[in-house]
Amino acid sequence: MIRRSRSLAAQVAGALLQSLRDLAPIVVVIAVFQLLVLREPIADLASLLIGIGMVVLGLTLFVQGLNLGLFPLGEGMAWGLAHQGSLFWLLAFAFGLGFGTTVAEPALIAVADEAAAVAADGGMIATGAAAQEAYALGLRLTVAAAVGVALLVGVLRILRGWPIQYLIIGGYAGVVLMTALAPAEIVGIAYDSGGVTTSTITVPLVTALGVGLATSIEGRNPLVDGFGLIAFASLTPMIFVMVYGMLI
Amino acid sequence: MFADTPCAIDTLVPICATLDDVLPILAVLVGFQALVLRRPLANPRRILLGFGMVLLGLAFFMQGLETALFPLGRLMAVQLTAPEFVGAAGGGAVAGAPDWRAYGWVYLFAFAIGFATTIAEPSLIAVAIKANRASAGTIGTTGLRVAVALGVGVGITLGAFRIVTGTPLHWYIITGYVFVLLQTAFAPKPIIALAYDSGGVTTSTVTVPLVAALGLGLSSSIPDRNPLLDGFGLIAFASLFPIMSVLGYAQLTALVARGRREQDRTGN
Repeated sequence: MIRRSRSLAAQVAGALLQSLRDLAPIVVVIAVFQLLVLREPIADLASLLIGIGMVVLGLTLFVQGLNLGLFPLGEGMAWGLAHQGSLFWLLAFAFGLGFGTTVAEPALIAVADEAAAVAADGGMIATGAAAQEAYALGLRLTVAAAVGVALLVGVLRILRGWPIQYLIIGGYAGVVLMTALAPAEIVGIAYDSGGVTTSTITVPLVTALGVGLATSIEGRNPLVDGFGLIAFASLTPMIFVMVYGMLI
Repeated sequence: MFADTPCAIDTLVPICATLDDVLPILAVLVGFQALVLRRPLANPRRILLGFGMVLLGLAFFMQGLETALFPLGRLMAVQLTAPEFVGAAGGGAVAGAPDWRAYGWVYLFAFAIGFATTIAEPSLIAVAIKANRASAGTIGTTGLRVAVALGVGVGITLGAFRIVTGTPLHWYIITGYVFVLLQTAFAPKPIIALAYDSGGVTTSTVTVPLVAALGLGLSSSIPDRNPLLDGFGLIAFASLFPIMSVLGYAQLTALVARGRREQDRTGN
């Protein structure tokens, strides 16, 4: 796109080569351990090669798609909302994006179902499908609301230019405090829910939103102020889930 | 409204599974664009094409990992942690209380797989591209990714050591956060937000399945370990250590730059 003089074929080859380079460490590690340490042959070489080909193609499409679609989209919306000048709609968008990207996240659905089973075993809720389903749904809505609040606070921070470290330190103090107060069964689930909220599609969108906002607002630096939304989104679910565990 | 899988055939068509994940995001984006901004997108065709490429790319990526690398990686984690293999490598220390020194290959594998999967992690690639542009090229995409990958590698190694020795998780995590706080006080201010972000992006599509398999293999082959709890522990390590390594990378770069400036001054 940048240098039109370069032929399309050369561009495609370059992009594929870059993906191959990104993947090379995994292939090397697996090959070395399989052949030299475990001293076993690779059972199905054909399907291995096909799989690697698919991964390389997929990674190439993903990175090209980021630059064509997700980055301009996130930045465009950040710019549009910043110039519309309505704080309410900007914060509503941040909350909606956080909530919407999290509530249907497959990893979260899996963790929530698992957590409901643990809770029923531990006698925290009534056993039975209906009670477990209600618990799992409640947990999912809790985590989604937590990510929504995280993006809302994170966007407010970008607007006001608050230094990130105080908010993060405050957040971790909250996690430590809640760990002491919350029932032991919920703590492991809570820590895990912080890690599952940031999916591969959410991360580029949210990063583009933050950097786009910090670029659009005068006096903000895209590097200093634009990052940090992801950090908030992995922090708040831990606190929210432990609160949920105390209330239920 | 919150049906688990709107797609009936997502086991057959991987793109369907990705679509489940994306529909609510699309609803929020389109809703705000149409109702609040009330302005057509600048380049709707290009953006739609890009969105489609991201979806298709992720579907291929996941399907490829599932056919080729995950089964082999999972099998490897189980074989490396099996008592027979560890016993053979360490000279007969099995059953009862294992000697942590017998697990040399496991630590090496933990480091290598943590490093290698992080280099291929798509969300980290996205963040590195953005960081490179936001810093006007000062932060190199490769430099950042290698720093994060080293952090994940060290973190997973320490996590494996913890499972073998059975020491409590919270001591490691609390010590880690104290260390991060100290580093935050001394690190160059512009890097801090990015460093915290890199802790959150590492535990994603590629790293989690392989690392979880390693944790599961380790904790089920050593007596008195709980597979569920110890599998979680590794992920916690993988999100903590990249913060340290990225802050450390920034501190090192700043030190080198300062040293060079001072050298220039005294040299001339």
